Amino acid sequence: MSRIASVLSSLESSGRKALIPFVTAGDPDPSLTVPLMHALVEAGADIIELGVPFSDPMADGPTIQRSSERALARKVSLRSVIAAVSEFRRSNTGTPVVLMGYANPIEAMGVDAFADAASAAGTDGVLVVDYPPEESHDFAARVRSAGMDVIFLIAPTSTETRIRAVGEIGSGYIYYVSLKGVTGAGHLDVSEVARRIPDIRKAVGLPVGVGFGIRDGASARALSAVADGVVIGSRIIEEIENSPQDEVLARVKALVGGIRQAMDSREAST
Amino acid sequence: MGKQDLPADVAKSSYNYPDALGHFGPYGGTFVAETLIAALDELRAAYESLKDDPAFRAEYEYELKHYVGRPSPVYHAKRLSEHCGGAQIYLKREDLNHTGAHKINNVIGQAMVAKHMGKPRVIAETGAGQHGVASATIAARLGMECVVYMGSEDVKRQAANVYRMKLLGATVVPVECGSKTLKDALNEAMRDWVTNVANTFYIIGTVAGPHPYPMMVRDFQKIIGEECLWQMPEMIQRQPDAVIACVGGGSNAMGIFYPYIPYPNVRLIGVEAGGHGLATGMHSASLTAGRPGVLHGNRTYLLQDENGQIIETHSVSAGLDYPGVGPEHAWLKDSGRAEYVAINDDEALAAFHRMCRTEGIIPALESSHAVAYAMKLAATMPKDAAILVNLSGRGDKDMHTVAEKSGIKF
Ligand SMILES: Cc1ncc(COP(=O)(O)O)c(C=O)c1O
Repeated sequence: MSRIASVLSSLESSGRKALIPFVTAGDPDPSLTVPLMHALVEAGADIIELGVPFSDPMADGPTIQRSSERALARKVSLRSVIAAVSEFRRSNTGTPVVLMGYANPIEAMGVDAFADAASAAGTDGVLVVDYPPEESHDFAARVRSAGMDVIFLIAPTSTETRIRAVGEIGSGYIYYVSLKGVTGAGHLDVSEVARRIPDIRKAVGLPVGVGFGIRDGASARALSAVADGVVIGSRIIEEIENSPQDEVLARVKALVGGIRQAMDSREAST
Repeated sequence: MGKQDLPADVAKSSYNYPDALGHFGPYGGTFVAETLIAALDELRAAYESLKDDPAFRAEYEYELKHYVGRPSPVYHAKRLSEHCGGAQIYLKREDLNHTGAHKINNVIGQAMVAKHMGKPRVIAETGAGQHGVASATIAARLGMECVVYMGSEDVKRQAANVYRMKLLGATVVPVECGSKTLKDALNEAMRDWVTNVANTFYIIGTVAGPHPYPMMVRDFQKIIGEECLWQMPEMIQRQPDAVIACVGGGSNAMGIFYPYIPYPNVRLIGVEAGGHGLATGMHSASLTAGRPGVLHGNRTYLLQDENGQIIETHSVSAGLDYPGVGPEHAWLKDSGRAEYVAINDDEALAAFHRMCRTEGIIPALESSHAVAYAMKLAATMPKDAAILVNLSGRGDKDMHTVAEKSGIKF
């Protein structure tokens, strides 16, 4: 069983939901990436989504765009992101790490070189935003053969046929985008998400994480009532953006810890 | 008709791209986030049902004739040809279209698709402002809301076109992210589209983007080459030996190349912006100097660094300043059917001035790249050879740039 599958199944058996924070590698500074990953784990993260910066993040809103720009200004590359995973693994062998980014940096490195290096570094999953299932059969096969999960997005507009296709090619978990739009938008409709998730889970046969638009403990708690995991990105990046560098770790830890508490208190109260 | 034009020859052509998923060989495709897939499915279905519909075709052709002023003439540039001392140069006069460039052919087609889909709001990206002006024009013509995304750097550089769009009733949104130029405007338009897809149609300005855009834009631009197919024999009793067009995203080039693909004796030559020279790295020549990758929803040749980040481009002509290129050109290059070359800023400017002085035609700086290469090539060919150049636009918009290069201030 992959590290992702085993973490998710042990959470399930203990009746808890996965907290999946997203941060962009290299933001606000490459020296903080690994410490930030450890801080996320200490705050209660179950899986870390580590963003690989790209010059043209078409599916992201302004917050994640800016984090990508900060990281690129500090010369962060796919290779240096993989090196950060490897460094993280020296002291953490339990928390799954998913690399999330766009196709071009991977194609520039070469799919084979990427799959081998990412896997050797201890990466558990890969989510390429602009590789929908129909364009990624070879890629998915190669990543799986290197022992990693391939994670796909499902949108509110995805048809049943597409959801089933994702179920066939994806593994680990499914990332359900909770709203129409880009990351960081603020019009999340919890009841609509709640209505969709059971069918999606059934169609894909995988745990469902929900993301895009989750900003606080209350929305995280509401969504963890229906989903298997909650992804929080833009809100954490805002915290990074608004903190002096020497306070980034403490403030991110406090924010994520608060969300963890809110999610767990739901579980305590049901 | 010459031997090369025998319909039997032409019918033998097996060129049939893209495939059902929008692939031109290994290029093209649909490299977008899942959030955009439904919008693209909806567009593809609408376009498939309209493209051969006689009523839709008739409406499109009516607009091209009465609003755009088609067919645009083919003109024998005698004095320019004499100056070069070789082949005869013919110009396909897209500069005479309403709004002054080929862009309008595509915009009319897409705006009509939008209307049929019941979308009251259109959005567009623009670099130089030509596609933005064309979009604003058609939106006014059809009574639609129009929002144009434009990099904030370009908003500063192209103030006249920004004002033009506003006169036509469009909203111009300056884009502050990334390099603040065309590619970032395209990113931002995609983000708008994914958020507002229920009432919004995205009019892409060139043969780029995810499927079906490269195919659809080509289909709306191929009228250029289709007219040439009968205009050239009318003029010289045969097809030309070479067809030359400038390549930014590649829409005017695809428009004139596509109908000529089945004519094996007609060379197809795309001219990219060599900027300060390929060796300087300051250029926009994706096909000549780039590597394949994925950007803006398709796989194609890109200008990128060793880490796969898209790099900034340079050209004296804003309309060629794009780090990618339509995927069909990537395929035409790899398959050898078309050739691609680069022309530097200086060469394009020289051709611009030469055209003004010898023909009384002020060409767009983009088109001047094609003219410059045609002049070079003509000099190496016999006098009875024929070169057809797509004069994609007129140069009124470039007055400021050219004056500045000559040290003149208005
Ligand atoms: C006159 C003219 N020619 C050419 C281009 C380049 O675009 P494409 O390569 O899509 O024809 C532009 C773009 O703005 C233009 O305005």
